[in-house]
Order: sequence, then structure tokens, then C-alpha cells
Amino acid sequence: MKIIAVCGMGIGTSVLLKMNIDQALDNLGLEGDVEAADISSARGAAASADLVMTSAELVEQLGDIDTPVIVVDNFVDQAEVQEKLQQGLEL
Amino acid sequence: MDWLVVVLDFIGKQILNVPAYLVGIIVAIGLIALKKSAGQVIGGALKATLGFLILNAGAGVVVAALDPLGGLVLAVTGAEGVVPTNEVITAMAADQFGAASAYILAIGFVLMLVIARFTPLSYVFLTGHHMVFMAMMLAVLLSIGFGDQNLWLTVLVGAFLLAVMMVVMPAFAHPWTKRVTGNDTVAIGHFGTVGYIAAGAVGQAVGKHSKSTEDIKFPKGLSFLRDSMVATALSMVLIYLVFAIWGLIALGPDAYQYMPGSEDGGAFIMNALMQGLMFGVGVSIILYGVRTFLGELIPAFQGIAKKVVPGAKAALDVPIVFPYGQNAVLIGFISSFVGGLVMLLVLALWLGPAFGLALILPGMVPHFFTGGGAGVYGNATGGRRGAMLGGFVNGLLITILPAILYQVMASVGLSGSTFGDADFGWFGSLIGLSVQVDSTAVGAVLAIAIGVVLLVLAILWQVRVVDKGWVPGEEHQKFVDEQRAAAKEAEKAAVAAAKKTQA
Repeated sequence: MKIIAVCGMGIGTSVLLKMNIDQALDNLGLEGDVEAADISSARGAAASADLVMTSAELVEQLGDIDTPVIVVDNFVDQAEVQEKLQQGLEL
Repeated sequence: MDWLVVVLDFIGKQILNVPAYLVGIIVAIGLIALKKSAGQVIGGALKATLGFLILNAGAGVVVAALDPLGGLVLAVTGAEGVVPTNEVITAMAADQFGAASAYILAIGFVLMLVIARFTPLSYVFLTGHHMVFMAMMLAVLLSIGFGDQNLWLTVLVGAFLLAVMMVVMPAFAHPWTKRVTGNDTVAIGHFGTVGYIAAGAVGQAVGKHSKSTEDIKFPKGLSFLRDSMVATALSMVLIYLVFAIWGLIALGPDAYQYMPGSEDGGAFIMNALMQGLMFGVGVSIILYGVRTFLGELIPAFQGIAKKVVPGAKAALDVPIVFPYGQNAVLIGFISSFVGGLVMLLVLALWLGPAFGLALILPGMVPHFFTGGGAGVYGNATGGRRGAMLGGFVNGLLITILPAILYQVMASVGLSGSTFGDADFGWFGSLIGLSVQVDSTAVGAVLAIAIGVVLLVLAILWQVRVVDKGWVPGEEHQKFVDEQRAAAKEAEKAAVAAAKKTQA
């Protein structure tokens, strides 16, 4: 399973999000590969991913992609990330 | 015991002197501490190392794209002087002082972990290239101050000073860093810190009721500029074209030599355009590299933090704050550049003739990274006005401080370039002046005393200010929140009104 964490530059907040997704996968007992990406490269990377997680303001810029996109309001809120991840994976 | 010296020398020069390996080793230690499998340790360490090398490759592209611009600006404005470039001065010093700097780097890093473990200053500085530059600067200044025969004194004092700088600077900046990031997860670990603190303080003074740079609404047609790849390339192309056309007008065909391979005016302009695009390419590569190695490094760092230094914070390179104010980065860069030009003028007209200081020309790279950072800090406490004036003050600092440091370094025989970022300037000047006294013992005591004073000040600051939860720019944050809430209300009202008319 591959998940893309997206922020504007793909450096700061998406790495935080990636760490929290890693932690959430761990808590759920799942194996997965999480990658941080910026808005420019996310569209390409999303094609080979199972799920994209990002913030509300960036969803619009992602445009139309086939991969399901989940909006996370607070990247550092571990509980919210886990909840959204579960929704996204339809667990 | 010759073999031991050879082995240590090899590790120092060939492994610990290469930031990419250092990052890989740190990631490996972190992953081992996290009890990851051997495959994950090797993969993570290798990916971090590759990411760092990608970053270096991108930096090479950026520097190559900026080089012709530097010559062209020089030619059309007639300004001559020194462009401070950390890489150049480090390379120049590496032959003579490389070994000393490697020892300082290795011992300083361990000492930093010890200080982080046993004092309230629990920051772990992870900006590899700045560690290398600072170690090199200390190696040069102390080797010459103490003499070649006192290598171990140089190494021990240098390692202590390096360790102190790596924990005190993130601590001093931390209240402002918390305002920027809005949380307490990372610290800034970059030796341009004085510029960021100054920008934060200036922002607070001037911008209580200035709107955030991030609330600048670009017209719909301009929203493509929010993509950093597009914005960076476009702005650099414009800067390049302005100077290329200025060059053609001012110099005529003589301008061609500044763009290699230009036979006529058309080729000259198109080469300038290409260099502007290549700058955008370089920045994209840098960002890809940063992403790759931070993606491994930060999680691995938590491994070290949890086991070796419990509760420690990662102090990271300045682009870590860029996502918190992408418009502020651009505004800070431009106003820092303007600040650099203003201080250059002051140097040329007053300080140069009066005190013999060198003319420090604005380098695009330090102005982009530290100016961009200052813009973000200024915006966090003082909105648009804060970003503009914060960047400007940073520009003044990274021009006057290298001018003073250049003077100190030139007096020990190292000229041609100098270190560009603010902290190298003030710290290097202080240390350089104190070890140049006649007695080696007095010089060593003075240098250590500076380190101890910084350490004590930082511990007091950490305990009395940072841990008490003081965060600057409260009033500005309130103003921005109100503004955003009002904008949201207005939007809602507009939507409701539109619905009504439809019905």
C-alpha cells in the first residue's frame, strides 16, 4: 500500500504528516509505504499510490486525479490523522 | 600507533567530513535505536545519503545558474568586491585546515549530544553543511591563533565552541520559531539565526496590524504562481532579463562575454532566459533532495531523541520554515537583497573609506535562503510590513557582518571570499579577535569564556523565557485571526446572498 502526504513544498508539514501516518499505520497494524510530496510532483506520484492525504486548501490545486484524496485539517493531530486514514482505507 | 592515526584521519577526512555520510550515519543510528530491521536501516541510511547528495547536485545547478548573473550585475553596476560564499571559502581552507576541522566536527557533534542531554538546551542540530562550515571557520581562526603546534588545543576549544553554537542558536530563536510553525515540534538549526531573530523583533515592532503575507489573494488568473516551481523560475527569469537588457544598453556587445556562448544580442538574451530557467530547475532539485533526506532523517531523529537525548528537538535547516509562508519567502528574499544593496552603498561611501572594510556584494543564494527565512519570521510577528522590513534588516546584517569577518580573516591571511551567513559573521569576528592576542593561554581562555557566556545566557533564556511559554507577536496573531474570521464570515454571507438570488 502506498500513501502520499502532500503539502505546498513537500518539506515541512508533509514530513510531519508522513510521520503521523506511519504511526497511525503502526497503530492499526498495517504495513505501508508513506511518501512526502510537494504540490508539483504530487499529481505524478499519486498515479501509483492508493491514497493521497493533504490539507483543504491544496485539494483544489491537486485537480482531478483518480486516486482518492483525504483532507486532514491538523497535520500534527495524531488522533485525527488516524481517524481520517481509517476512513480513507474504508476500515 | 601509526595505523590508528591513519584510520582516524580516514574517518575524519573521508567520512565525517562529508555531510551526506554524516546524515546517513545519523539516520542509521536513529533507525537502530528504533530497533528497525537491517534492511530498513540500510535503506533509510542510503536514502538519506542520496537525498543529501541530490541536494548538493541541485545547489551546483543553482550556483552555476547564478554565476553569470553575478558577473553581469558587477559589470553593469560597476560594483567590485567580495561575494561571500561558504562553499568557496571552505574549499579554499580545506587543504591546510581540513584535518583540524574534521576532528572539531566529530568531537563537537558528540559534545553537542552531551550538552543537549545534561542541560535544559535539548536541541540536536542536524544541518550538516552548516556544521561543516562552522567547524572549518573555527579550525582556521583557532589554528592561526594558537599556532600549528597546538593542534589538540585547537581541536578541543573548537569542538567546545561548535557544540555550544549548535545548541544555543536554536534556543535563542525558539520563541519566534514557535510563532512561525504554530507548534513546538521543530527548532531552527541554521547559522543565519541572528537575522531571523532580528526579523521577528522588527516585525513585532512595526506590524501589529499588518495583514499576513499568506492572505494576499492572488487574482484567479495568477493562482498558478502558488506552485513554487513556477513562481521561482518565473521570478528568476524576470530578474535575469532585466539585467541582460540593462547590460545590452549599458555595455553593448561587451556584455556578451558575461553569458558564455553568446555571439549576438539574440543569443545573449536567450542564454539569460535559459539561466533563469536553470535556476528554477536547481531549486526544484534542492527541494527534492531536502524532501528525500528529511523524510528519512526526521523520523530517524526521533529514534535518537527518544533513546539518547530524551525530549530533544531537531534543529533543522532554514527551508523547514518556508512552507509556513511561501509568499513571505519571496518578499523576504527581495527586501533582503535591497537591504544588501543599501548596506553596500554605506560600505562604499562611508565604512569602506573610514575603516578599510571590503565591499560585500549581495550573493543571491544567501539572500534567498536567509532573506526568505527572515521574511517568514517577520511575517509571523508582523505580517506584510514585518516580512518586508525583517528581510531588509537581514540584508543589512548579512552584508555588514561578513565585511567585519572578512577583515578578521584577511588579517590572518585568508582572503578572496568569506562566510556569508549572519552568525558566522559575529561569532567568527569575536573568536578571531580574542585568539589574536599574543599569549596562546590568554587567547584560549578568552575563547572558552565566550563559549561559556553564550551557554549560560542560552540556559537562562531557555529556562526563563522559552520554557515559560513566551511566544512573541501575540497581538499580530490575534489581528490575523480576526481578519481571517471576518473574511470567512464575508464569504459565507456572499454565498448565502447568491443562494437567495438564485431562489
